[in-house]
Amino acid sequence: MAIIKGDFIDNLPKVYGLYTGGFVVFILLMAILEQAGLGADTIGILFVAFTVVIYATIGWLSRTMQVDAYYVAGRQVPAVFNGMATAADWMSGASFVAMAGGIYFGGHGYIAFVVGWTGGYVLVASLMAPYLRKFGCYTVPDFIGTRYGGNLARFLAVCVLTLASFTYVTAQINATGTIASRALQIPFEVGVWFGLLGILLCSMLGGMRAVTWTQVAQYIVLIIAYVVPVIWMSNKQGFGLIPQLVYGDAVMRLGELETLHGVGTKPTEAFAGLKALTVAHYEAGTTFAAKWKFVTLVFCMMAGTASLPHILMRYFTTPSVKAARQSVAWSLFFIFLLYFTAPALATFTKLQVLDPNLATGIIGKAITEVNALDWIQKWSNVGFLAISDSNGDGILQINEFFMRGDIVVLATPEIAGLPYVISGLVAAGGMAAAMSTADGLLLAIANALSHDLYYKIIDPKADTKHRLIVARVLLIVIGACGAYVASMKLTSILGAVAWAFDFAMSGLFFPLVLGVWWKRANRQGAIAGMFLGLLSGTWYLYMVKWGGMDPWLYIDHLRFGIIGASVSLVAMIVVSLATAEPDEETQRMVDEVRIPKGESVLSSTH
Amino acid sequence: MTHVDQSTREAHWAKTKGLMITTLIIWFIFSYLVHWFADSLNAVSFLGFPLGFYMAAQGSLVIFVVLIFWFARRQHAIDVEHGVAEEETSGQQN
Repeated sequence: MAIIKGDFIDNLPKVYGLYTGGFVVFILLMAILEQAGLGADTIGILFVAFTVVIYATIGWLSRTMQVDAYYVAGRQVPAVFNGMATAADWMSGASFVAMAGGIYFGGHGYIAFVVGWTGGYVLVASLMAPYLRKFGCYTVPDFIGTRYGGNLARFLAVCVLTLASFTYVTAQINATGTIASRALQIPFEVGVWFGLLGILLCSMLGGMRAVTWTQVAQYIVLIIAYVVPVIWMSNKQGFGLIPQLVYGDAVMRLGELETLHGVGTKPTEAFAGLKALTVAHYEAGTTFAAKWKFVTLVFCMMAGTASLPHILMRYFTTPSVKAARQSVAWSLFFIFLLYFTAPALATFTKLQVLDPNLATGIIGKAITEVNALDWIQKWSNVGFLAISDSNGDGILQINEFFMRGDIVVLATPEIAGLPYVISGLVAAGGMAAAMSTADGLLLAIANALSHDLYYKIIDPKADTKHRLIVARVLLIVIGACGAYVASMKLTSILGAVAWAFDFAMSGLFFPLVLGVWWKRANRQGAIAGMFLGLLSGTWYLYMVKWGGMDPWLYIDHLRFGIIGASVSLVAMIVVSLATAEPDEETQRMVDEVRIPKGESVLSSTH
Repeated sequence: MTHVDQSTREAHWAKTKGLMITTLIIWFIFSYLVHWFADSLNAVSFLGFPLGFYMAAQGSLVIFVVLIFWFARRQHAIDVEHGVAEEETSGQQN
């Protein structure tokens, strides 16, 4: 397609500048229509439908039948744009919808996710991305298979990738289903399939090239949708235009309000799926257990970040090794814009609800008065919140107000009394976040199965056309499996996301790191590392979650990667040293990977 | 195989390793160490925030972003110094 060739790359700033302008115009148009009396439901439908059609159009324009365009977007994505695409790839439905809610309920302890999901990029930049880019692989198992040699190593890497990414993608399809069903007013089970259709339209025809350019578009939507309501709300409360820098006073004020309302008093009733606030906002744990839980969660999320193939493969698309490094920095910058906003959002929302001096404060007010509020009625009708006068005094106490974490992002515009157009925008942003991550994950799985399993292991003589058709069929099949599993609603969104990180770090972290940094690492070691790491991690998860075993040293089911990765490291070192060192050719390969200059190890079409 | 002699490769890799270790030390401090002492740091006020909370919600994140930009620049300087950086056009061909 003409607009995607040659000068498209040179015109990127202009193209996406126009796109951003167009999106802002669309928002203003919706705001005007709202004033003119357009219904809230119609606005929600228009927002989601309009953005999804744009993504699908980009996906269609980027269709390709070339192998390197399909797998690595032709290796011509500039560092800054790859950074935006990675940020969208990275920030999932969980980041967008659930993170602020998690901080709302979990306080300082929960912010370990924020630290872990950003600091992991330091590992990506310093240990992995530039070297994998120099290698010239199409997929992560492609690196494992070539560096260590042999089909078994490649196959095990495919297994780890599939397990980790599939765990993750069901959560994303679940999120697209939730948002689509709410915005379009369709049943959840239908919403899941609608979400999948959008995801496949973005990725199927153009592979990595299509996913790259839709992810950039999705990043722009999701960051506007996340930041605008927060800025608006903070302005209303007099915290200024860059609330992220000045919400310290709000944090301190929450400390006072927590004492006033008696936060920490356990509720006497329970509602399925809903929680009452019982944890202090900024106070940090004082016990060894609390500190240890914080740092172990940080470590799991970081090592998982550096092992998740859908993130690593984004850095295969840059034009050079240098650009790959810069691109990691830009990725984290774009992620940072959302992640440093989430704690601010959680703080403002909590203040809105808790502060009796604000018009929006509900704690300490008469129950009848609170029950009459629009947003309370709307969200309790759909089971997202519940109010119960447990002690029968007619006043709403903090332990009598129950809600779902997701509300913090989804309902904040209404709590703060912002126009409905903002709620529509938030729905579009959540959809963009969940779709972009699902795209990247589905592509990572389908590419590994088509390139590594089908082409490299099963049928090395397959021609290009055949390979790309297999890749697309796999994409549909895996997407359908994901949607089917998602429609069964097995776990909450976040549980599954943390597991994906633990699976990835159990099986892939050390084989990837040592593949570059330890020349002596050999095939037997890598096989032992991947196999035993994944096996022990999975066993531990099973025992702690379902087998009734007490966690060792507070390492619970969210942190099982610590067990898997430790076993993987020990196994890899012991077995490598016990067997012959890698042959000369492999050692030269490692030498080549370590310098940016020269041809990549694998040729550009392999 | 690219023509770079063995001693250059070794010198380049030694410096690269040094940079990696420096980067990871800074990373370790702001990923784990400061958060271990978050409780004590909360007694300090920074920009109106309790410092322990600030570091988790914002401070460490800012440091990570700056750290990676700095790392990318330093590593490129090391590559240029040892003559193993990519030629400007070679990137387009890969």
